[in-house]
Amino acid sequence: MRPLALAEDSSMTSISSSQEAVSGTRSGRISLASRFQPASLLWLALAAVLVVLVVAPISQLVITSFTHPDTGAFTLQNYVEAYGRPRHVAALFNTLKMGAATVVLSLIFAVPVAWACARTDMPGRTFARLAMLGAFITPPYLGAVGWILLAGPNAGWINRIWIELTGATEPLVNIFTFWGLVLVMASNTFFLIFVFTTTAFEMINSEMEDAANILGAGTWKTAAKITFPLIMPAILGGALLTFLISIALFGVPALLSIPARYPVVVMQLSEFFGFPLRVEVAAAYSIPLLLITVALLGLQRLILSRRGYTAVSGKGGERRMVKLGKWRWPMFAYVLLVAAITLFLPFFVLIMAAFSKVWTSGFALSNLTLRNFGYVLFEHSTSQKALIASISLGAASATIGILLALGVAYIVQRKLLPGAGVLAFLCLAPFVIPGIVLAIGFYAAYALPPVALYGTYTLLALAFITRFLPIAFSASASGIRSIHPEMEEAVRILGGGRLTAVRRVVAPLLQRTLAGGWLLIFVPAAQELSTAIFLVGPTTRVVSVVLLDMSEEGRLELLAALGTVLLVIIVAVVALGIRIMGRDFMLRREL
Amino acid sequence: MTGLALRGLGRRFGTVEAVKDVDLELKEGEFVSLLGPSGCGKTTTLRMIAGFIEPNAGTIELGGKVISSPSASLPPEKRGMSMIFQSYAIWPNMTVFENVAFGLKLRRLGREEIRRRVGEILDIVQLGDLADRYPAELSGGQQQRVALARAVVIRPAVLLLDEPLSNLDANLREEMRFEIRRMHDELKITTVYVTHDQSEAMVTSDRIAVMNKGRIEQVDPPVELYMRPRTRFVASFIGRTNFLEAKRERDVLVFDGFSVPVSALAIPLADGNAVTVSVRPHALDLSAQQPAANGRIVLEGKIARRAFLGDTWNYLFAPAGNGAALIVSAAPHKVIEDGAPAWLTIDPGQLVPIA
Repeated sequence: MRPLALAEDSSMTSISSSQEAVSGTRSGRISLASRFQPASLLWLALAAVLVVLVVAPISQLVITSFTHPDTGAFTLQNYVEAYGRPRHVAALFNTLKMGAATVVLSLIFAVPVAWACARTDMPGRTFARLAMLGAFITPPYLGAVGWILLAGPNAGWINRIWIELTGATEPLVNIFTFWGLVLVMASNTFFLIFVFTTTAFEMINSEMEDAANILGAGTWKTAAKITFPLIMPAILGGALLTFLISIALFGVPALLSIPARYPVVVMQLSEFFGFPLRVEVAAAYSIPLLLITVALLGLQRLILSRRGYTAVSGKGGERRMVKLGKWRWPMFAYVLLVAAITLFLPFFVLIMAAFSKVWTSGFALSNLTLRNFGYVLFEHSTSQKALIASISLGAASATIGILLALGVAYIVQRKLLPGAGVLAFLCLAPFVIPGIVLAIGFYAAYALPPVALYGTYTLLALAFITRFLPIAFSASASGIRSIHPEMEEAVRILGGGRLTAVRRVVAPLLQRTLAGGWLLIFVPAAQELSTAIFLVGPTTRVVSVVLLDMSEEGRLELLAALGTVLLVIIVAVVALGIRIMGRDFMLRREL
Repeated sequence: MTGLALRGLGRRFGTVEAVKDVDLELKEGEFVSLLGPSGCGKTTTLRMIAGFIEPNAGTIELGGKVISSPSASLPPEKRGMSMIFQSYAIWPNMTVFENVAFGLKLRRLGREEIRRRVGEILDIVQLGDLADRYPAELSGGQQQRVALARAVVIRPAVLLLDEPLSNLDANLREEMRFEIRRMHDELKITTVYVTHDQSEAMVTSDRIAVMNKGRIEQVDPPVELYMRPRTRFVASFIGRTNFLEAKRERDVLVFDGFSVPVSALAIPLADGNAVTVSVRPHALDLSAQQPAANGRIVLEGKIARRAFLGDTWNYLFAPAGNGAALIVSAAPHKVIEDGAPAWLTIDPGQLVPIA
């Protein structure tokens, strides 16, 4: 390096120019104006917003469940009404049974495919991953409709072909059964087990297995003693989540459980929300669901934090792929079977129905039409409006949710306020609240006077923001964690305030994370049903609710057309996300 | 008028006193290092000067004005200082030019002046032709220079450096030490430099403040610090040393096996009966044959252990009798066999009594 030489004037002015920047006073007191940071107000505002979004609905849910609807006095009567009848108790046990069966079927779907994708040389692994992702991002109620078209007892495609081919008089399959319900549930929810298990498999360093081999363990012994125990916590964690999601899912039971004569909790809640409206009983009835969720998520935390999992979460070293040999194609066939059941078959018949005059007539030029699309997009006033509402609500809740979560994550990560941990807890708390239970809380807190938000989009937006706040928060927190605090300190010591640091450095660096987080919220929010079902008003329907209405009216072609439009939007948005963030952007979950 | 002054500065985290009673004055344009092991409070002190941490006790004054006290602190952005961070903290979303220009833009300088001053400073750190690069396209050393340029271009009242070289490889680290010192000689910016590496502090600093357990143990120029450490901690932290225990009997210090008149010591002795002195391994002389005394002290003993380190021999000399063994450094050609008898010569002028 050559010696330093600055222009004479620079070194002369160096001290004097900088001294002006120092605005202290000789007396030792520092003026209020120079100490005030505008950021402080923002932090307090965020805390207030969280109270509105999270604290009020949850506490209102609990309070309502203990309140007499007329007198407002404390009572246990609501619980007596909720669980006083055997039918209501039976629905709870039915739900748990359905959840358990869904987990078993999900495991059968997910674990072999996860192993094949992560640890073998099976052909088409990327295709397999995308197919599994497809099964996840498609709304479960559309899958249910697809399966009604496939396996309805009278007109379902499978049964008609079966009767045609064999001359049988009885249908082969019936989707309106317990196992039908479970199949459609699992088709959507098995993805979580798939993600957890794949990640765990990818984290296992082959050297861990080599170490067992060198000590004398054979292939099977290694699998049983090393590999399996290492992925076990991940499978269990995924299974618990699957269980929780399936017991709270509304769309699939709404379409299948009544014809299947299999009452479940969400349908019972819906009954309490019918006429006469009994919010307080619904609130009481939902509390056990809430407690089960909290307990099982606590259990999941416990499992995932055990030492077995920390070994798995270490840096994945070199992995050797298992050579399947002649089993390559049979393995691929199994993946194809899973993909067909969970994605291709139901959505193929759904899309086909969307282009049909009469869906039962099947493939024929004379049956082909675009009329259904024209109708749902331009003529059917509710569906057009609902489509716009769903997209706007999705976009609004994603935007607001991310901004809010970013603010809170920033406070928490930078420890700007005492008690910031409480804010983080509030952001993550909605994760333990099933969507439909959250809706009851929002109804109890805001639907009626004095707030009187019932029948407004605002109510829906608030509920959606809350519902997806945990996703937004974990995305934001991991983004901020990746930015060294010194990045901001460098701004401040050079003379910029905290907000300058956020605007000029933090925000630009978080662009990708935030875009990804936005999509992670938009996709489920645009199709959300469980939270919406109790909160939509007569003039504020969203797509998912309109789809359900159409199925009750029996207009399956129109339903299929609207469903297809929704699918196209979802797939386009996810494809955009994959372009921005890479293939696995929906797979990395902090929770 | 003084540059920067810390008076009775203290900071607690919970029950831990990270910094206590720190007094330090920097003259305008002086370069002072805070040197100490990790956890000694040096970074906390630096961050209090920067304004990222507020003190629980004492004050910080800049140019005679109080900028930090337990009741009020100026936020960092109003102190007119700049800082070089351990992670460099180069903003990856801005080019080299934009990084360096950032502080000038915040000061609302004209576009032309910004261009001129950024150009000037980039030439000085030899990054003139990399102005349009993004940080990810630079090597570690180049990033370090961007950090340096960005910090000094605003002509700060005080420049703070937080272990700026710890992420560089050894060769570059040595080069950058001189670079930092040269830049200081040129710009004369009052500088506080935090490091745990004593040679880094020695090369760069006018004075070094050695910190231990939240307190400053000694502040002196590098040579003084090495030759006349005042505490046991300083003596052992700066370089290696031997400690010898002695009893004072009027005007004579009585060691195990020899004694020295008080007047022969390097620095005057404080009162007290028990005395510890420090003597550097380099200040001792070892020979295989008995040397002439010539007013110095000669001890007989043997080599208890030895190790060859390339540029020196490292001997452990065990004196006959009960005296404690001493470490002695010797030139590579001075070979004495392990276990062989040897004679140690001590110059009383090299004995430094410590507190």
